[in-house]
Amino acid sequence: MKKLIIAGIALLSITSLTAQNAEERGLQIAKAADKADQGFNSSIVNLKMTLKNKNGQTSERLLVTRTLEQTTDGDKSLIVFNSPKDVKGTSTLTFTHKVGSDDQWLFLPSIKRVKRISSNNKSGPFVGSEFAYEDLSSQEIEKYSYKFLEEKGNLLIVEQDPVDPKSGYTRRIVTYNKDKKYRIEKVEFYDRKNALLKTLKYSEYKLYKGKFWRALSMNMVNHQSNKETLLKFSDYNFKADLSDEDFTQVALKRAGQ
Amino acid sequence: MNIKFIYYIVLLCSTTIMYGQNDDSKKIQHEFELELEGEYRYFYDAPLFKGQEDHFPSLAIRPEYKATWNKGYESINFKGFLRLDVDDKRTHWDIRELYYQKAKNNWELNLGIKKVYWGVTESNHLVDIINQTDAVETFDGEEKLGQPMAQFTWITENYGTFDFFYLPYHRKRTFASEKGRLRFQSIIDKEAIKYESDAEEWRQDIALRWKHYFDIVDIGLSHFYGTGREPFFSFDATGNINAFYPIINQTGIDLQVTHDAFLWKLESIYRSADIQDFFALVAGLEYTFSNIDTNGLDIGILGEYLYDERDELTLNSLQNDVFLGSRIAFNDTKDTSILIGGITDLESSSTIFSLEASRRFGTSWTAEIEARIFNEIAIEDRVLSNFKEDSFFRFSISKYF
Repeated sequence: MKKLIIAGIALLSITSLTAQNAEERGLQIAKAADKADQGFNSSIVNLKMTLKNKNGQTSERLLVTRTLEQTTDGDKSLIVFNSPKDVKGTSTLTFTHKVGSDDQWLFLPSIKRVKRISSNNKSGPFVGSEFAYEDLSSQEIEKYSYKFLEEKGNLLIVEQDPVDPKSGYTRRIVTYNKDKKYRIEKVEFYDRKNALLKTLKYSEYKLYKGKFWRALSMNMVNHQSNKETLLKFSDYNFKADLSDEDFTQVALKRAGQ
Repeated sequence: MNIKFIYYIVLLCSTTIMYGQNDDSKKIQHEFELELEGEYRYFYDAPLFKGQEDHFPSLAIRPEYKATWNKGYESINFKGFLRLDVDDKRTHWDIRELYYQKAKNNWELNLGIKKVYWGVTESNHLVDIINQTDAVETFDGEEKLGQPMAQFTWITENYGTFDFFYLPYHRKRTFASEKGRLRFQSIIDKEAIKYESDAEEWRQDIALRWKHYFDIVDIGLSHFYGTGREPFFSFDATGNINAFYPIINQTGIDLQVTHDAFLWKLESIYRSADIQDFFALVAGLEYTFSNIDTNGLDIGILGEYLYDERDELTLNSLQNDVFLGSRIAFNDTKDTSILIGGITDLESSSTIFSLEASRRFGTSWTAEIEARIFNEIAIEDRVLSNFKEDSFFRFSISKYF
């Protein structure tokens, strides 16, 4: 009996030890990926979104995204719509936070109104696309808990569970490339019922400033609705030298006027 | 609009462009947009006053031009507007915007004709005072006339944003002609409405605004000193209207607390003039049930209380009313959205129901439907009782180039 108890304790501690290791390793990989991307300061990029429905009909949106890196808190971003023309100038300013809700303002150019909006709606679609708001917001380490799953050659596969109960996902399975500064190659999203919902594939990677990998193409496929959204990035500019003053409500109005 | 003033603005803008072109490092980006709109308004009740029409087909043109240089920190912006309508007072043109802008570090300067919006609430816009309302254009008062100004904005890291406005010229409100609906029995000629100030439209007015946010709280404080945007109306025993534009001091506060899916809102003003002092407020909330069907459907619930100390002299009749509404956004590729609501007077039976819906067709067309239904308007509602037969439907289609 005594032996059995000892064996039981030993088994338990081994299991918890490996679990501990899997969590730690998952977190380490996420941290390594985060660290590899530190120091880009700011960027401006043009984005073409192509939305495809299940019958193959497409519609397009053109946006410009400005991002400002923050070290002590989440990044700041300013997104301006250039097309469709009826929403041209509609813009959002987002201050992401490592912990707690993001701050977000919307600018409506027709009446020149800046409106603080709730960032509660994480799981909702961004402008009718297959990307949810949470897929496009700044990916901070603190927003997930981690579990390392497996290593396949140079690919590291990590499960990420969102901390926020308002997330639309139970988990995401993220594939990192450890030979390319831990850039992400693929993400699989599982919905609240733990069924596979979407797959996001990153491609056409390009190295900027000799340090920062950016995918110029991101394709999201929704397996449940058979709809797709393709993001094409162009004219990445890491030399704009943006500052906090380019991410204010005054700058938001200026960008969308 | 004063021609001399426009001339100065154009001169200012063209000098800046020339300066910009002389410098090789300043590449100018030009953007030109055009919207053509066809509109049909139908008032289904027989008119209350002689001469009023039922059917109002109309066309509008909205050209836009923007020149940007110096990495976007300098620009010239133009927005024009022209409408042709059955109501010859609603046939009008305007320069909505024509201004030069320069931004540098923590300040921004705007010179010219511009539109500025202040406020947080949905059913009434009390604090918003910089621009005159284009009263013949829409019923909700959200369309504004371009306002000549010099605006200097100073952004501080810890103390929020300060806006200073110098407003050299006042623009009068336009009222419907004999054929038009949504008017009083006697037709108001805007030129007949005089000014309290001897300088008339050239009284030099000023305004200040401070805007900041702390965590979930957004706050704005503002003060305006100058000729008011609302004329002061008085009615004599025979029902005739006497009106003039008073010199006013108006202090305003707008506050929003954004907590989870709740937006708690407050706007309040205190306006003083020789003829009248009063207090007004709008307070309410907006709550959004988001992504209800996991397909993007958002349903927002809106509730606001409106108070105005002017009581029956309140121009928009929102003196002790409750607004309830719902905003439905489908978040589809066509951006389909619907706003429905009703404003009801707490002291009388008067209620106004409204519906606004819009959707995109193809890549460059949009369609809109609007309805305003005046229901059981009380006789003692001095302003609204004039509009009691003016329920209408509006349908419009726009093409963007």
